[in-house]
Amino acid sequence: MTDTGETPVLLHLDGLTKAYPGVVANDNVGFKIHEGEVHALLGENGAGKSTLVKMIYGLVKPDSGTMTLRGERFEPAEPRAARADGIAMVFQHFSLFDALNVAENIALGMEKPPKMGDLAARITEVSEEYGLPLDPHAVVGNLSAGERQRVEIIRCLLQDPKLLIMDEPTSVLTPQEVQTLFQTLRKLSSEGTAILYISHKLEEIRSLCDEATVLRLGKVVGSCTPREKSARELAEMMVGEVLHVPERANKDLGDVVLGVSDLSMPSPSPFGTSLKNVTLEVRAGEILGIGGVAGNGQDELLAAISGEVKTSHGAVTVNGTPVGALSPNERRKLAILAAPEERLGHAAAPDMSLVENALLTGAVRKGLTKSGFVDWTATREFAREIIKDFDVRTPGSANAARSLSGGNLQKFVVGREVLQDPDVLVVNQPTWGVDASAAAAIRQSLLDLAAKGAAIIVISQDLDELMEISDRFAALNEGTLSDARPAHGLTVDEIGLMMGGAHSMEVAHVH
Amino acid sequence: MDLSSFDPVVLITTMMIAATPIMFAAIGELVVEKSGVLNLGVEGMMIFGAICGFMITVNFDSPFLGMCAAAIGGALMALLFGLLTQYLLSNQVATGLALTLFGLGLSALLGQRYAGIKPPSTPKLDLPILSDLPIVGPMLFSHDFMVYLAIAIVAGVWATLKYTRVGLILRAVGENHDAAHALGYKVVRIRLMAIMFGGACAGLGGAYLSLVRVPQWTEGMTAGAGWIALAIVVFASWKPWRVLLGAWLFGGVTFLQLYLQAAGLDVPVEYLSMSPYVITIVVLVIMSADKNKAAMNAPASLGKVFHATH
Repeated sequence: MTDTGETPVLLHLDGLTKAYPGVVANDNVGFKIHEGEVHALLGENGAGKSTLVKMIYGLVKPDSGTMTLRGERFEPAEPRAARADGIAMVFQHFSLFDALNVAENIALGMEKPPKMGDLAARITEVSEEYGLPLDPHAVVGNLSAGERQRVEIIRCLLQDPKLLIMDEPTSVLTPQEVQTLFQTLRKLSSEGTAILYISHKLEEIRSLCDEATVLRLGKVVGSCTPREKSARELAEMMVGEVLHVPERANKDLGDVVLGVSDLSMPSPSPFGTSLKNVTLEVRAGEILGIGGVAGNGQDELLAAISGEVKTSHGAVTVNGTPVGALSPNERRKLAILAAPEERLGHAAAPDMSLVENALLTGAVRKGLTKSGFVDWTATREFAREIIKDFDVRTPGSANAARSLSGGNLQKFVVGREVLQDPDVLVVNQPTWGVDASAAAAIRQSLLDLAAKGAAIIVISQDLDELMEISDRFAALNEGTLSDARPAHGLTVDEIGLMMGGAHSMEVAHVH
Repeated sequence: MDLSSFDPVVLITTMMIAATPIMFAAIGELVVEKSGVLNLGVEGMMIFGAICGFMITVNFDSPFLGMCAAAIGGALMALLFGLLTQYLLSNQVATGLALTLFGLGLSALLGQRYAGIKPPSTPKLDLPILSDLPIVGPMLFSHDFMVYLAIAIVAGVWATLKYTRVGLILRAVGENHDAAHALGYKVVRIRLMAIMFGGACAGLGGAYLSLVRVPQWTEGMTAGAGWIALAIVVFASWKPWRVLLGAWLFGGVTFLQLYLQAAGLDVPVEYLSMSPYVITIVVLVIMSADKNKAAMNAPASLGKVFHATH
């Protein structure tokens, strides 16, 4: 579908504006989507992509501007109305129910669901037709991220949509799963369904999309045919400035600092993954990248190293000393620090100020308490240092962690650990939801820390990121860690096999 | 100690009657919690229902009207809780506790002139053949209609949650209110309905105490039944039929302690009186010993404040 000029316009957005107190999320946004076209919506965090799609899906009402669907005025009052007009949306997160099964989840997203028995049969039928195998009776909480996404996609497909909106669909998928998804999307597009594809993964957009609209700070700043641009050009359109790529110094690796040997551990959460015989080593100055689809033991591995979950004493060692039975604060004393993935509620206490959050993990190493009393002056100074060094955008250190945007809080959380000069640092998803320039800054700070001789584990879903900064790469799959291999020269297929493990056998067939 | 007077017919009869008020309150609270709301005001709604039902029954000489009034009274109390927690976003735990205190106080005020009056009795069921059966007849088929209504509500809640779309939506809202909202369901409205249903059930349970079980009005007569109902919901791991089981278990222990007291067991009466409560706690501890299993059954959004943001 490259010749989009010939096909009729499906959805025409004109002059859409939506303001929230203190910020204009969308300012006079307009573009056209043709039938059967894969249209990319590009932009940094806070560029207004989410607000725009929420308006199309009827979750938010525009302040002004018009939408026209197939020549008729389109003003959905609620998602139900949008769905009735053939708009379907696959959410980035927040829209599945863990305790319900696949068929129930799908029924909840439909206007007039058939009987459960018939629905289950339809699910099996459609999922096979589009190469997305799925068991209608499986409980969603037990599914992998890729399978969960299939649930959402099939929920949309059962309604025979004219426009399918996909918000960051590939952030949790293995490369093989991404290929399967793209085959499905291309099939849909060839059948005449238009797709509005939101992502910041530029290579994907270049290979999948016919047209692209770029948003920056709520305004349309350009449109292009992504195939004709390089990823770097697209990125610079998004950011509006020249990108800084992290540099790595040539370095010699030191002795083994962190050792994990034969670690098996049941998951503390009911839908978690238990670790099985995990063994790894990280040397001073080295960054070990750990990839894998979310929910394969990443949180558990971080918890075992940070001390949140205790293990047998010898399973985790630092400089040869066993630390497996020590508490997080005892480990902090030994310069073992961690920054978990969930920013609100795990890495930071949402309703506490940045100063208090700085105290929470910094107290031990920064000496912020004296005989049980908090040294607030020193704590405030530490918080200010993090805010300054990591360019955290906030009115002040007394603001609650909850009030920061995801990217800014992420900078704060990573900065708080990096500035404590750890010997061992474990970070999970260090740049999740962070825009391109801030992500580059975070990666640079990790590289700088490694250059100073720290042993670092970076757990991430973003393979480009791992390839950019890691020395060696390993993958977690259902709680088992693959052997680490030098990151330099690994191909995408090899990585996919490491990540997929046995899963790669079930790659779907699309005809 | 004299055990010769033990009669299984009396055991079952007493058990079913003692279980009914908490069965009402617990099945109502189960629906509320399934929708993701924790209403700790069950005790307050129960006793308010008890006095509403009692006043209407005495004044209009109709137990049936009294029961209706009790349900409406309970639902109004629940509506108050719902408005505070769902629209004004007040803390559910604190609001629920306040509702209990408010209900106890208000009912004491309303009931001042009703102490010591005997209400008209609620008719017993008299089924042509079933009630005349030996043993089984008096045991199971000769109670008042409320006993069967409670069981019918349990069955209805079970079937609704399991087989209907309304039930599915209710579970979805309790499981993940953000997702339900994103799909376009009216989280607040659905929860308000569930809260009022819970209040109506609690009111019926209270009225059953004041009109049938005791039957007369005394201040604070619910005596912790609302808290037992809350415990039974957890005991039942949010499954309707287990509510029935839990209520009967509690009813059975209540009978046993009365029986053992009458039989002259050589244990201070206070120990026997507390035994149903102690056993409830012990069973709760056993049920929630497996942390993962308990956490898996609980509605994931239980007690969390929902605030729609786009």
